[in-house]
Amino acid sequence: MQGFGAILGEAVGLILAGDPDLAEIILLSLQVTLSAVVLACVIGLPLGAVAGAFRFPGRSIFIIFLNALMGLPPVVVGLFVYLMLSASGPLGALELLYTPGAMIVAQTILVAPIVAALTRQVVEDLHSEYAEQFASLGIGPVDRVAALLWDARYSLLTVALAGFGRAVAEVGAVIIVGGNINHATRVMTTAIALETSKGNLQLALALGVVLLAIAFVINATVFALRASAARSAFA
Amino acid sequence: MNRRHLIGLAALAAISLFPVVRPFAADDHILVQSTTSTQNSGLFDSILPVFTEKTGIEVRVVAVGTGQAIRNAANGDGDVLFVHARPAEEKFVADGDGVERFDVMYNDFVIVAPAADPAGVAGMKDVAAALEAIAGAEAPFASRGDDSGTHKAELRLWNDAGIDVAAASGGWYRETGSGMGATLNAAVGMGAYVMTDRATWVAFGNKGDYDVVVEGDPKLFNQYSIILVNPEKHPGVNAEGGQAFVDWILSNEGQDAIAAYRVDGQQLFFPNAASRG
Repeated sequence: MQGFGAILGEAVGLILAGDPDLAEIILLSLQVTLSAVVLACVIGLPLGAVAGAFRFPGRSIFIIFLNALMGLPPVVVGLFVYLMLSASGPLGALELLYTPGAMIVAQTILVAPIVAALTRQVVEDLHSEYAEQFASLGIGPVDRVAALLWDARYSLLTVALAGFGRAVAEVGAVIIVGGNINHATRVMTTAIALETSKGNLQLALALGVVLLAIAFVINATVFALRASAARSAFA
Repeated sequence: MNRRHLIGLAALAAISLFPVVRPFAADDHILVQSTTSTQNSGLFDSILPVFTEKTGIEVRVVAVGTGQAIRNAANGDGDVLFVHARPAEEKFVADGDGVERFDVMYNDFVIVAPAADPAGVAGMKDVAAALEAIAGAEAPFASRGDDSGTHKAELRLWNDAGIDVAAASGGWYRETGSGMGATLNAAVGMGAYVMTDRATWVAFGNKGDYDVVVEGDPKLFNQYSIILVNPEKHPGVNAEGGQAFVDWILSNEGQDAIAAYRVDGQQLFFPNAASRG
């Protein structure tokens, strides 16, 4: 087992070599994960905002349920999606199993509760400030949700990044529904699992460093976008 | 954040969503449910491009344990099954899930151990005696424990040696419940004996001070076979492409491709299709 210097060196070497196979794997990782995060936000942001801004019967149970779903084991989600999408399952006709589409579905199920649960908290805190104003201005429920989501947008960006972190790092779900098929459904995490099982531990760790670097670049991009947005807001 | 920034985020999202649809839109491909040993040893990377070049059919491999591969194929999630556990394969065909079973190739299982060899089995040719020695010394032994072909074969050998490993599970007998590579990593980590197919072992990159200690017993024979998933039971099966692959792997060309695959100059799989002339 080599030291971390050698692993870092190999990781840098992997990036600099510009290997088309690695590029393909990185690209697919980003496509799957970003797609899942976008879909999870489309589902989770309104759901969380409604739970945060309104009182309704069963709300406490609903919130506890959302929070509990944040702990969904990826393998369980993978199995569930496999059974749904299998040729002998109810959605087999879609022929999604062992495609990136199946991986996006699985990761969306994993990430949506995180986005919804964290959005609920953010929106609830903000709503307690805005509630009187909303009431005095007679603003309707749809406009309330829109206003709360818009004013909480910076916090919600962090919520989306938390979802991204969960999705980009998980292997249990995508390896079951994607199958880790070379040139079709192999992503960073399943490639790391494969190299580990081949006993190529240094290469596996180097791939892990590359994955970390990708996550860093994504976070830095969002950070810069946010900073520039904040500047233009004050200008 | 103004509209321009929102558009930027939306563009990022659009880029991420769009091209995903492309890779699995048109081209002819088949899905093979297979085992980790064929994939981890690099065999598929070596032979599949030959087939694809000849036929234009892309082969996508899902490499899992034999038990899981058979269950996936029995759900209709695959066109071809390429595994190594004869009784389970025959049941798969008898249940109507597969068309016919053909021998493709063989290699052998070996027992590997750390240099210390605490049970003193190095050089033994009789696998039952070696397992008795390991059990007698209560030396740690790592088992797949995952219903894979290798796991089934290993359990058969313990059974033949008259040793009840279930009683020792959690003690010296340790079931990892993982693939061959993960089990080898675990065994190397805890200094345990482990039975592996020779192909995975030769291609394995984290051997530590491990070496083969028991080999050559006819009981360690490991036969691989191929089965077309039955399109009459599973209408989604790409029968034409799957049959083309079965025919090719049993042909002289396919068999020669298997024989030609070597790691460090060592042949890992030995073709033995009945049709080979």
